[in-house]
This record gives sequence, C-alpha cells and structure tokens, in this order.
Amino acid sequence: MKVALFIPCYVDQFYPQVGMATVRVLEHFGVEHEFPEGQTCCGQPMANSGCMPEAKPLAEKYIDVFDGYDHIVAPSGSCVSMVRHHYDAFFDSSDEKANRVRERTLELTEFLCKVLKVGDIEGNFPHQVGIHQSCHGLRELRLSSSSEVMTKRPDMLRGLLDNLNGITFSKLQRNDECCGFGGTFAVAEEAVSCMMGEDRIRDHLDSGTKVLTAGDMSCLMHLEGIIRRQKHDIRVMHFSEILAEAIGA
Amino acid sequence: MSHPTLAKGFVNNKPRAQWHDKALWFVREKRDRMAHGVPEWEELRQQASAIKIHTMSQLPNYLEQFEKNAKALGVHVHWAIDGDEHNRIVHEILQQHNVKRVVKSKSMLTEECHLNPFLEKNGYEVVDTDLGERIVQLRNEPPSHIVLPAIHIKKEEVGECFHEHLGTEKGASDPNYLTEAARNHLRERFCSADAGITGVNFALAETGGFVVCTNEGNADLGVSLPKLHIACMGIEKLLPRASDLAVFLRLLARSATGQPITTYSSHFHGPREGSEMHIVLVDNGRSGILQSPEFRRSLNCIRCGACMNTCPVYRRSGGHSYESAVPGPIGSILTPLKTPESHSSLPFACSLCGSCTDVCPVKIDLHHQLLAMRGFLDRKKLLGMSKKLSMKFVSGLLSHKWMYTTAGSAARTALRWLPRFAVYNPLNGWGKQRELPEPPKSSFRDQYAAHKKQSGDKS
Ligand code: SF4
Repeated sequence: MKVALFIPCYVDQFYPQVGMATVRVLEHFGVEHEFPEGQTCCGQPMANSGCMPEAKPLAEKYIDVFDGYDHIVAPSGSCVSMVRHHYDAFFDSSDEKANRVRERTLELTEFLCKVLKVGDIEGNFPHQVGIHQSCHGLRELRLSSSSEVMTKRPDMLRGLLDNLNGITFSKLQRNDECCGFGGTFAVAEEAVSCMMGEDRIRDHLDSGTKVLTAGDMSCLMHLEGIIRRQKHDIRVMHFSEILAEAIGA
Repeated sequence: MSHPTLAKGFVNNKPRAQWHDKALWFVREKRDRMAHGVPEWEELRQQASAIKIHTMSQLPNYLEQFEKNAKALGVHVHWAIDGDEHNRIVHEILQQHNVKRVVKSKSMLTEECHLNPFLEKNGYEVVDTDLGERIVQLRNEPPSHIVLPAIHIKKEEVGECFHEHLGTEKGASDPNYLTEAARNHLRERFCSADAGITGVNFALAETGGFVVCTNEGNADLGVSLPKLHIACMGIEKLLPRASDLAVFLRLLARSATGQPITTYSSHFHGPREGSEMHIVLVDNGRSGILQSPEFRRSLNCIRCGACMNTCPVYRRSGGHSYESAVPGPIGSILTPLKTPESHSSLPFACSLCGSCTDVCPVKIDLHHQLLAMRGFLDRKKLLGMSKKLSMKFVSGLLSHKWMYTTAGSAARTALRWLPRFAVYNPLNGWGKQRELPEPPKSSFRDQYAAHKKQSGDKS
C-alpha cells in the first residue's frame, strides 16, 4: 500500500507538529508513507473567494503530484472536501486521472476507520476532551451525524478516541455549531466570525473541556487564536496529536 | 452598506446579538425535535425535492394548466413580468373596486415588490395583519425574517411601539396584554377593509386552487369580510397535483417553527358568491433563474425560513444586515442574482458550514450555491480589485514550490522577530480579536525530511 501524505499548506508552515503526529500515528499502524515534495496547496482559499481561474492551476498541480498513490491522507477535513467535492469545476467528469486521485484522497480519521478498519485503540489520555465537529468533516465528508439530518452515522473521530484509558468527553449545548472560521470568512466577516468562535469556546468552557480537539486544524487555528488572546485554560490539540500522545508514538 | 459593516453593528451590541442567536437557536432545536419525530423525514425531503425539480422542468406547462383551471373556477388571472407591473395590476384592481382600505396577510412576494409603500403613496391605507408584520410596519421598518418578521424586537420594545401607536399602557410588556391590544386594533381594521390581499404558499396546477398558511388565521379573516380578494404569487409556487400538498404541508411547519402543522392552512378554490378573486402571477426575474443550471434549484424554496434559523451568521448578524426582502442563506443567492452590484457581499456572509443545506426541506444545495455565487460575482468582475489581486498573487506563489517554501519561511521568521505592534496592526483583520499561530522554526516538510533520514539511518 502506497500512502501519500497531503499536508495542507498552513499545517506545513504553522503546525508541523500536527503533520508529524499524523506520521507517527500512521507508523504506529504500520503504514508506509511518502511526502510528495511538489505539493503546496489544494486551492481552497482561492476557490473559497470565488477566484476559480486562480484556483485551477493549483488543482491541476494537486492531481499531478498525487497521482500514482493508493491513498492520499490529510489531517484536514476541509482540504479533503475541497479535493473530493469541489474539483468538479476544474476537471471533466470523464478525466480518469483526476477522478482516481480525488477518490483516493481521505481525511485521517476516515482513512483509519474505512481503510485500515482500526478498532479499539489501546492508550492513555486521562483528560476531558471536547470535540469540535468541523463542518466540512461533518457535512461534506459525513464523518459523523449532524443534528439537522435524521440519518445516523458513526462518529469516526470519537470512535477512535473512545477506548483510550482515562478519557472523558464534554457534553456540549450545541453539538455541531460552526466555529466561525470559514476560510476567508474569518477576515471578511471578522465580527461575526469572532463572535461565533467565542460562543463555541464558551460552550466548551461551560462543559468542562480541558483539551479541545477536531479533525480540522483550520477550525482549531481560529479557536486557538481566541483562546490564547482571552487566556482560557484549554489546551488545543489536533486529533492526531491526541492519538500520538495517547499511544506513546 | 455591505454585510460585514451592518453585521458588525449588530454584533457590537453583544447582549442583543446573543439574545437574537438564542431565540433562533431555540426554534432550530424545536425543528430538530419535530423532524426526529417523523421517521420518514429524509424520504419526505427527497420527495419534496423531486416534485419541485420536476415542476420547475415543466413550469410553463403547469402555469398554463393552473391558469386554465383557475379561470374555470371564476378567478381572474393576471401576469406580471416584474414588481412594478405587479404593483400596477394590484392598483388597477383596487381602483376598479373603489377600495380605500386594504388588509394584507403576510406575503414575501409583496415585500419583494415593495407593494406597501407603493399603495400608501397612492393614498391607500394598508394594514399588515400578521402580528409580527404589523409590529414592524408600525415601527416603519422591513421584516427581518420571512417567517418571524419581528424576531429582532424584544417584548419591551413592542410595548413601547404599541404605547405610541395603539395607546397601550406605558411600560407594558406582558405578551398576553399586548397581543390582546393588537387583536382589538386589527379586528377594527378587518371590519372596515374593502379588500384583502394575501400571498400564496402553494398553488395547484391540477385544480386551479391555492393554499395560504398562517398561524393567526389572519389571511382567512382578511378575505372573508371584504368582497375582493387579491392573491399575489411568484410563479415558482406551483405544485402539479393536489396530492403533492401533503408532502409540503408536513415539511413546511416543522421546518419553519417546529410545529406539526401550521395552525391555518386555508384552501381557496374560486371566489365566494358575490365577491371577486384575483391572482397575480409574478415573474420578477424567476424565469431568468430557471434558465441557469447553476442556480435553478434556488427556485424550489418554499420559504420556511429554516435556513435562517440554523445559519450561524444570520443568527448573529440579524436579518436587516442582508438588506434584502429574503435574508439569510437563500436570500444571499436570490438577491445577488437579481442585483449583483448592490449585494455582492452577501454570498460571503457565510462560513460555508453547510447547515442550511442539511436543514432545507426541499434539499436545495444552499452552501454550494453560495460558493458558486462567489464565482458568478468574479465572472461579473464584482469581487473588488484588492481581493482579486491578492488571490492572483497567492495563487502564483503557491504554484511554485520554491516560491511557496521561501515565502513561508520568510513569513515565519518575520512573525518570530517582528515586534507585536507591527504584526497586530489595524490592517490585520485576523489579529484584532485573535492571536496568530506561533510560528515554528521549521516547516513540516523540513521535519519530515529529517525524520525520514533518521529512520533511514537506523535501518
Ligand atoms: S432555502 Fe430551504 S430552508 Fe431556506 S427558506 Fe427555502 S425551503 Fe426553507
């Protein structure tokens, strides 16, 4: 099995520890991996702003760089959903290479659950964890149930952490409310974005969250920004960091 | 004004914004509970969506069928290409009947066509009879929500408004007392009205009849006393068969307010003896949207307002920040389609969380359409020079690995060494209320290379 790591640009530059934790988790499960050097960005910021012609070359580059792997794994739901759901605009539906690469691009928890079929994980994490359901993981990739839709789906992230020794989970008032990051939205609508972030954090504080986690580092970047500014006592960790720490990888 | 500016104004009053958010979240939760109580909910949505898609694909035929059947029931049918023509037609009918006083039940279409100010300018007394709608009318402001028009107003403010206009006691805020006062006031208007205007929730091609849903029964009252009933509808309100109604009536109320059914679903099939019934069918840009494969599905909307209740941006920025008769997610598609120049910020008033898409009873892919709207604005050259240029620049940078890695490392270094005031300046929208990530010394790709080398060395 040839696995490529897709490390989104902002994780590469600002959260290398999240990428490295992903590497350690994959190694723990015996997955051989490569980091295709040519990768930069999936084009989400441009597409998100409506600048499709500017996003296109990046999408093309992505497909080129990642062709030839069995799986492409990323610690970021929103970048994965960009590739899987929003590349239609750039490639013909009969483009086999693009289709192949897109289908094989998976978010980390998705890869662990669907491909590796990882069951209960042994490890220790004696903390109260608050899960932030990232919207793109939740509603684009369907990695958990959303409260609006009546169809039940397993919660992949929680399922993977569930068995760790000592771990407890926060019961939130609003289970799947958006954190307010939204890419360029975070700056374009700064006031609403920050109020949304504050409200999310308040819910976690009220529920006793000590470690805040998500499958998407972008949501966490925004929430962490507010937590640090407001000096709240919450540790922010990407899901892969929790898992790596828990299994001692 | 742009959405971010108006939204900021709303958010700045934190307690009010929080209260507004909670009030709508309460409705959303109620909707969730109600929907959970219907085991076939997702099938219903699927069916509703299929019926709407089918209807839209045959809209001209169904409209003709509707017209024929409505006429056979003795209804006068009119066609209006836009809001102005709609208003003119209504005016003419009122003139023919010597009408002075009109009672209206809530209709988003007449709101869209700005019928009230038009009629008032022409000397008519127009009274909105839905309680919420009457409150905003007395306050001289537009509704802020399509189902809960006065959701942004607190009961104390209603008390003030009623004290001023209806002579209630000063400082009164008891909802029962205020509702009673409104009821008496409206009863008078109902009795003295010469004509009743209603909207239309669903029109049926098969029978030529139509249905109006209200919780207060005000549409019934408004058209039962006067001898003239004018119903105004957008051409997309059509359903093929009477039996389709069951699907939509079950979805509408639950999605809108979390009620099992709207209190009054009034069916109209032709005028009563001795009175006249008119229907004005309005296009106002709809047939244009029907031509667009990208946005056609936005016409499936049944105006339940669920997307507004669930939208985390709407809940915090208030309906008025959209400056549009239909605010929220669906309004952010419909309005810029019609007037892209003046509403180009609306498709960006969205974090793309996708909750609207999941809540929508007719399965409109709202957040994907909002994203597509952004591309639509780009093609219309309405994105604004600075946004476009910066995206061009970043795209160029990211297209070349060496440029990207160099820029990345330069930025990280700069962030580590620059004094705080240089980073957190007014131009840095991120940093106003948030810290930037702490820049690491090395990137992932460097750490990974080192890691690979080390594990290679070991083996
Ligand atoms: S778009 Fe869907 S959710 Fe929004 S008002 Fe229309 S029908 Fe309701």
